[in-house]
Amino acid sequence: MRLNKTHLVLAMMAVLATGCSSTDEQDSSLLEDGTQPVADASTSGYNDGSMSGSQFGSGDGYNTGSGTGYGSGSGSNLGPEFSDPNNPLSKQTIYFELDSSQVKQEYVPVVAAHAQYLASHPDQHVILAGHADERGSSEYNIALGEQRAKSVERMMRSQGVTSIQLEIVSYGEEKPAVSGGGESAWQMNRRVEVGYQ
Amino acid sequence: MSLVIKICFVGLLASLLSVAQAEGLTIEITKGSQTAVPIAIVPFAQQGTVGDVKLSEVINSDLAGSGFFKTLPEEDMLTKPTDPESVNYRDWQALGQDYLVIGQVLGNGGNFNIQFYLSNVHNGQLLMGYKLTVGANELRRAAHHISDLIYEKLTGRKGAFNTRIAYVTSAARGNGKQYMLQVADADGYNPRTIAESPEPIMAPAWSPDASKIAYVSFHTKRSAIYVQTLATGQRESVAAYPGINGAPAFSPDGSRLAITLSKDGSPDIYVLNLATHGLTRLTSGLSIDTEPTWSPDGSTIVFTSDQGGKPQLYMMPSSGGRATRLTFQGDYNARGRFSADGKSLAMVNGSGGRYRIAIMDMASRTVNILSDGNLDESPSFAPNGSMILFAANKGGRSLLSVVSTDGAMQQKLDFHSGGVREPAWAP
Repeated sequence: MRLNKTHLVLAMMAVLATGCSSTDEQDSSLLEDGTQPVADASTSGYNDGSMSGSQFGSGDGYNTGSGTGYGSGSGSNLGPEFSDPNNPLSKQTIYFELDSSQVKQEYVPVVAAHAQYLASHPDQHVILAGHADERGSSEYNIALGEQRAKSVERMMRSQGVTSIQLEIVSYGEEKPAVSGGGESAWQMNRRVEVGYQ
Repeated sequence: MSLVIKICFVGLLASLLSVAQAEGLTIEITKGSQTAVPIAIVPFAQQGTVGDVKLSEVINSDLAGSGFFKTLPEEDMLTKPTDPESVNYRDWQALGQDYLVIGQVLGNGGNFNIQFYLSNVHNGQLLMGYKLTVGANELRRAAHHISDLIYEKLTGRKGAFNTRIAYVTSAARGNGKQYMLQVADADGYNPRTIAESPEPIMAPAWSPDASKIAYVSFHTKRSAIYVQTLATGQRESVAAYPGINGAPAFSPDGSRLAITLSKDGSPDIYVLNLATHGLTRLTSGLSIDTEPTWSPDGSTIVFTSDQGGKPQLYMMPSSGGRATRLTFQGDYNARGRFSADGKSLAMVNGSGGRYRIAIMDMASRTVNILSDGNLDESPSFAPNGSMILFAANKGGRSLLSVVSTDGAMQQKLDFHSGGVREPAWAP
């Protein structure tokens, strides 16, 4: 059987996906700090003086919903292939096993499809948002979510996506796609969401 | 506003006492201590405009919630004396009480004059008599102060009733969520929102003088660490690097923050000098290193690391150096927090798929599991070391829970709207 290029890429990515750690430096630039106290909601006297609260501005709405990520579309100028359920690009969520940041075999083609799209659209940016289920401590889960996003990032980079196109953020257990407990919810929450910007 | 007070004892007492409810908050004692000392707190006499706060109910709730006391339900009281001369100690002996608290509140316009007495029921000895004058909005604080005085007199330890806690609430709003960082009294009353965002807020940590809170906010869609001064609301971004900016912990002298950053690869522990913003890297390598916490003397940092495969607690000099493993019991130990005396370390222990709060005695390295949930996390000591506040989960909803450090008593603070997580007890 003749191996074509896609097979090779998939095989390569499967190897990369088996959890080896990359020493790649992330070369995205220092994030800008956009903090401005938007409003000061002063509260009445407490203790030895008044305590002031502040409200952060609500951003532009990326991913504030709790959609499961399947074919959720991303609003920007993405083609119809992103909403065709038969196209792997319609899947924008990659799920993981417990305590694992290894991309499962079934999601390798999904990551590959996004990687190919991004490699051929070098102006397109995505945010890879890593998530964990609610078990364990919240800051450790932030680290776990980042490992998952980095696994996806490594696979994409290996297929020619540039670091400028990719940004990683981990929400840990803070933004579950499915609320409630039990494995049925947890397996939906251990995920990386590919968010087209 | 009507206040209903309910406290449920499960275990020792199956009786329904009363229920504390305000602004959608219920305090429920889910596990009572077998060795609790019986004490009767008689409703205080009230004159003038006193308002909604019932001092005796607040004191009752404080003392019962401490685990050291078993309070007498009001309906079981034969008499309700309000001054020492009218007490018949035999009545209280017959009810099996050891101690009695009585008092009076006089409202005179803006201020309240409070008198209270603590006595030993067995010999009629007056142990304590106090007069306090407080302002209009300070009745709850006065009640907590009285609880502190009684607690210290009878246990020899300082009370922690007049302290504050910080925590993060989340509730549905529109298509998304609204996260609020709040500061409240230790019993959950008087909540104040100090920051809110449609994106997650995490990891509030108090400065040693309790004037500031460091926390993580994602409101820019990226994580960043902020330090906010409570009195003014002024907020400063202190870490907004690519990747993780997380897990802030103030050094005991308040000059530095231990934090987690992943800007150089995997998550590592750094110390951030708050005056110069200079960073010192403490850990390196491919493992996850996070959740730093300082020993009270500032010499040591304990952190979570998966360098051995699974997350376990390690300790290292805060000036840098070799890390040694601290925990060996269970397959998951994370998020260490020291007691103020440095003798105990609270942590999240995962064993057999259950995540519970455990406490390690630093001298013997003995670990005891304290809580009985499945998804308990974020332990935080009361300043007097008697209790640990943590986040628990009940039926898919997160709430705050408090357990005594001997595990004998547990109570829940149930905020009825949305979830409550990431508690931190103020020093």
